[in-house]
Amino acid sequence: MSTPTETLMPFDEAMERYEPVLGLETHVELGTASKMFCGCPTTFGAPPNTQVCPVCLGLPGSLPVANAKAIESTIRIGLALNCSIAEWCRFARKNYFYPDMPKNFQISQYDEPLCYDGYIDVEVDGETVRIGIERVHLEEDTGKSTHVGGATGRIHGADYSTVDYNRAGIPLVEIVTKPITGTGRLAPQVARAYVAELRDLMRALGVSDVRMEQGSLRCDVNVSLMPRGGTEWGTRTETKNLNSLRSVERAVRHEIERQAGILDAGGRIIQETRHFHEDTGTTTSGRSKEEAQDYRYFPEPDLVPIAPDREWVEKLRAELPEPPSVRRRRLQAEWGVSDHDMAAMRNADAIDLVEATVKAGAPPADARKWWMGELARRANESGKALAELPITPEQVARVCELVASGQLNDKLARQVLEGVLAGEGTPDEVVERRGLRIVSDEGELAAIVDQVIAENAEVAEKVRNGKIAAAGALVGGVMKATKGKADAARARQLILEKLGVSG
Amino acid sequence: MSELIRKTAAELGRMVASGEVSAVEVTQAHLDRIAEVEPKIDAFLHVAAEAALEQARAVDERRAKGERLGPLAGVPVAHKDIFTTVDMPTTAASKILEGWRPPYDATVTRRLREAGLVIVGKTNLDEFAMGSSTENSAYKPTRNPWDLTRVPGGSSGGSAAAVAAYAVPLATGTDTGGSIRQPAAVTGIVGTKPTYGGSSRYGLIAFASSLDTPGPFARNVLDAALLHEAFSGHDPLDSTSINAPVPPVVEAARQADVSGMRVGVIKEFVEGEGYQRGVLRRFTEAVELLESLGAKTIEISCPSFAYALPAYYLIAPSECSSNLARFDAMRYGLRVGDDGTRSAEEVMALTRAAGFGPEVKRRIMLGTYALSSGYYDAYYGSAQKVRTLIARDFEAAFQQVDVLVSPTTPTTAFKLGERVDDPMAMYLADLCTIPSNLAGNAAISVPCGLAEEDNLPVGLQIIAPVLGDDRCYRVGAAVEKALEDRWGGPLLKEAPSL
Ligand SMILES: [Zn+2]
Repeated sequence: MSTPTETLMPFDEAMERYEPVLGLETHVELGTASKMFCGCPTTFGAPPNTQVCPVCLGLPGSLPVANAKAIESTIRIGLALNCSIAEWCRFARKNYFYPDMPKNFQISQYDEPLCYDGYIDVEVDGETVRIGIERVHLEEDTGKSTHVGGATGRIHGADYSTVDYNRAGIPLVEIVTKPITGTGRLAPQVARAYVAELRDLMRALGVSDVRMEQGSLRCDVNVSLMPRGGTEWGTRTETKNLNSLRSVERAVRHEIERQAGILDAGGRIIQETRHFHEDTGTTTSGRSKEEAQDYRYFPEPDLVPIAPDREWVEKLRAELPEPPSVRRRRLQAEWGVSDHDMAAMRNADAIDLVEATVKAGAPPADARKWWMGELARRANESGKALAELPITPEQVARVCELVASGQLNDKLARQVLEGVLAGEGTPDEVVERRGLRIVSDEGELAAIVDQVIAENAEVAEKVRNGKIAAAGALVGGVMKATKGKADAARARQLILEKLGVSG
Repeated sequence: MSELIRKTAAELGRMVASGEVSAVEVTQAHLDRIAEVEPKIDAFLHVAAEAALEQARAVDERRAKGERLGPLAGVPVAHKDIFTTVDMPTTAASKILEGWRPPYDATVTRRLREAGLVIVGKTNLDEFAMGSSTENSAYKPTRNPWDLTRVPGGSSGGSAAAVAAYAVPLATGTDTGGSIRQPAAVTGIVGTKPTYGGSSRYGLIAFASSLDTPGPFARNVLDAALLHEAFSGHDPLDSTSINAPVPPVVEAARQADVSGMRVGVIKEFVEGEGYQRGVLRRFTEAVELLESLGAKTIEISCPSFAYALPAYYLIAPSECSSNLARFDAMRYGLRVGDDGTRSAEEVMALTRAAGFGPEVKRRIMLGTYALSSGYYDAYYGSAQKVRTLIARDFEAAFQQVDVLVSPTTPTTAFKLGERVDDPMAMYLADLCTIPSNLAGNAAISVPCGLAEEDNLPVGLQIIAPVLGDDRCYRVGAAVEKALEDRWGGPLLKEAPSL
C-alpha cells in the first residue's frame, strides 16, 4: 500500500523538473479458433472449466503441439510492426508456482523471440512519434483466478479462490517497446496513442478482437523519471494490467506525479509492480521486484524450434492490410470530415461501421450522423459497444436511403432504428409493422392542414399578417395530428400557401 | 505350470491367430504365473486380471468373426506404470499420484490396445523413473529373478523382472539414461532404447523430456522387434516425434546377419575403472564372436563420453525440476495440509514435501539450482555443449562403422540396499548407456553370458545412428543366435526356477 507520506507533484511542475521514460508491454489474446498448444476452443464466456483437455490442464504425460495459425498471426503482427522475423527460434519455459498455471511453468519465449527490432508511428497533437519495438513473442495465457472474500480481490486475505482454466493456453502475443524517451509532457498521451494504434493494427490484421474490457488486450506500463538535463534513467515501476486506453493515460500521469513527488522529497523509487485503481486514478504497490522471482528460463524440450520459411514470410508481408493510420487518412479525405470528427469516430470504434455503411450505399455524412448520434446514444444507454448493437451497417444504410427518398423523416427514422434494435425486423419490416411511412397523400395532408388552421385561428392570423416564424407552431400541429408521419417541409409549404403568404 | 509361459511372443501370437490356443487361455496362464512369482519379485504395482481377460476375450471374438489378427494379438504385455491408462491407476511409483486415474491413454497404451496386446498390469519403477535399481519406488522394491537379494536394475526394473521371471513375454519401459538397457542387462533379457522421437512420449509421465524414450523388453530379439514395431511411429500429439517410417526392425531381427558389417568398440568403455572382470570378459568374447560371424571390428575413441555422466546429471534434473512442478495438489493427486487455514502455497509445499521421495527431491533441487540465474550458463549451458560434443563423437564414429558396441553396464546386478546411500555409485550404473540418450540415437542390450564371479547376466550394448534401429536388431539377433547355439538355448535357462 502507498506510504502515507507520498505527496504528488502537480504534472506541469513535474514536467519542468523531470523527463519521463516509458516502456510498454502489451499482451494480445489471439483470436484463433483453438488454443496455443491443444485443440480446445477459445470462445469467451463459456461456463468455467468446460474448454479444457489433458494438455491445457497440464495433466501428467500430456504434451503441447504448437498452433500454426498462432505462429502465422504473430509473424504478421511482427511484419506490421516493421520487425525482423527470426530465422530460427525456440519456445522457453518460464518457471514459477501459481495455482492458475496448470504446469507451474508457462510456455513462452525468452531470448529468442519470433519477431524483434521494429517500430510503429503514432500521432499525438498532430506530432508523429516513432515508438521502437523491442520484441514480439508468442506464449500461452494462464487460467483466471477469482479470489473470494478479503478486501483487495487478491489472493492474500481471500477466503478461498476459484480457477477457471478455459483461458489457460489461449495464445497470447506479447509486444514490448524499446524505452520511449523525449516525449516530455506528451508522455501520457503517447502511451495511450500507442496502445490505441496497436489495437487498431490488431483489428486491421484480424488477429484478435482486442476487447480491452474482456482482457483480450492488456497493458503493463513501465515509468521512470530522469532529472531534466540528466543522463541516467531513474528506477522504474511497472503498473500492471491496464484495461482501457483511458487507464493507460491516467496511470502514466499518476506515476509521473507520484515519482516526482517522492524524488522531490529526497526519496527513492522502489522497483516494484503497481496496481492501478480506476476509481481514484491512483496506483498502489504490488510485489516488490527486489524480491523478484527467478523464472529459470530454459528452452522448451517438448517443442521443436520454429524456422519460418522465408518465402512464406515474404508472402505474409505482401498480403498485409493497409496500415490503420494510412487507412484513417484515406477515409478522412474521402468522407471530408474534420480531424476532430475523425478522432471522435475512432474513439467510438465507429470507423469500421461507418465505412461499411458507406459501402452499403449511404452518403458518408448520413452514415456518420446515425452511428455517432442516435446509435451511439443507444449503445451508451445499454452499456454496449457500437459494434455489439443488433443492427447491421446495411440496415443503417437502408434507413439513410428511406430518409433520402422522402419516405421517412429523421424522427420516423429514429423510430425505425429503435424497432430494428428491439428485434422487430429489418427497417422495411419495422416501417410496415409500425406504420411509419410519411403521409404523402396530398389530399389527406391538405385536409389536416385545414383542420389545424381552423383550430389555431389566432396563430393563423399572425402568419397572414407576415409573422412567418409563427408558422412553426402550425407545422407542429400537423406533425402532432399525423403522429409525426407528415413531411414537415411539405406541411409548411401547404400552410403558407393556404394563408396566402410566400415562404 | 502351463508351457504357454515359456513360448515366445511371436509363437503365442501365431498360435492365437491360428486358433491353436485362445487369447483367454494365454492370458490366464500368465495371470497364474504372475500370482505365483509376484510374492517373490514384486514386479507389479497393479495387476489388472479382469481387464486383461476382457481384452483377451475381445481378441478371441475378433478372431471368431474371421478378422485377421496382428502378430501380437492376444499376447500379454506388462506396462511400465509411467504410461497413462484410462482403466488402471497410473502412479509413476510416486505417492504424489496415488489413486490418480488418468482421463486419457498414452499413445503407446493406445497402440498396444490397437495391436490386440493384452495389458495384464502396471509394473514397478523407480519413482518418476529416477534410479537404477527400482529401490526408489515409493511402494516397494522389485527383486531380480536371478537372485532375490539383488536389484533388477532400473528404472524399468518391474518390467524387466516380470519378463525375466516368465510372468509376461513382453513389457514396455522408458529409457532416459539407461532405464531399459541396464535392467535388461542385469536380468538377462533384451531391451531397446529406440531412436529419440521414434516412439511417442504422449502420455508418458515426463522425467526429462529431451531424453525420455519408450521402448520394448522381451526375452529374445525378434519379440522385442515385434513390440517395438507395434507401438512406434509418428504421433502428431508429440511434437518431437519423428515423421518417418519405423525402421525395418522385424525384418532386421529375422535377418540376423552381420557379415561385412563394421563394428566399433568404444575404447573409453572398456578401459575405464569400475568394470567388473566378468563383464569385460563376456564383452570381449562377444566382440570375438562378431568377428567370427564375419563382422569387421575396430576400436573407436569417443573422448567426449567422459563428460556424458556429469552433463546428464545437469540436463535431466533441470528438465525434471520443471516437469515435476505440476504436482502441486491443486488439480489431482495427493493433497496435504488443506485444513482451511493454510494458503495454496503452503499446501503446495506440504504436499510436495510429503509426496516426493528423497531421490526425486534431490534431482528437483539439483535442477532448480542448475537453471538459476547466474548458474545457468555454467551448468545447463555447459551441459548442452557437452551434448553437442557427444553427438559429434557419434557422428564421427558412424562415418567409420555401422554400429558401436560396449558393455551395457559396468557390473552385474548389485545387492538391494548396496548403493542406496551412495548416489554416485548408483549413477555409475548408467555410464555406458547415457551417451545414446544425450545424442538421441538407438541402442539395444542383448544377453552375452554370465559373469563367472557371481553367475549373473551380462549385457552387450549395440548402438546405431539415429533411425538406424534396425541395425541394433540385426546385430543383436546374430549375436543371440550364435550364443544360443553355443549355450544350447536361451541364457534364461540358467536362471533359478521361481
Ligand atoms: Zn486443451
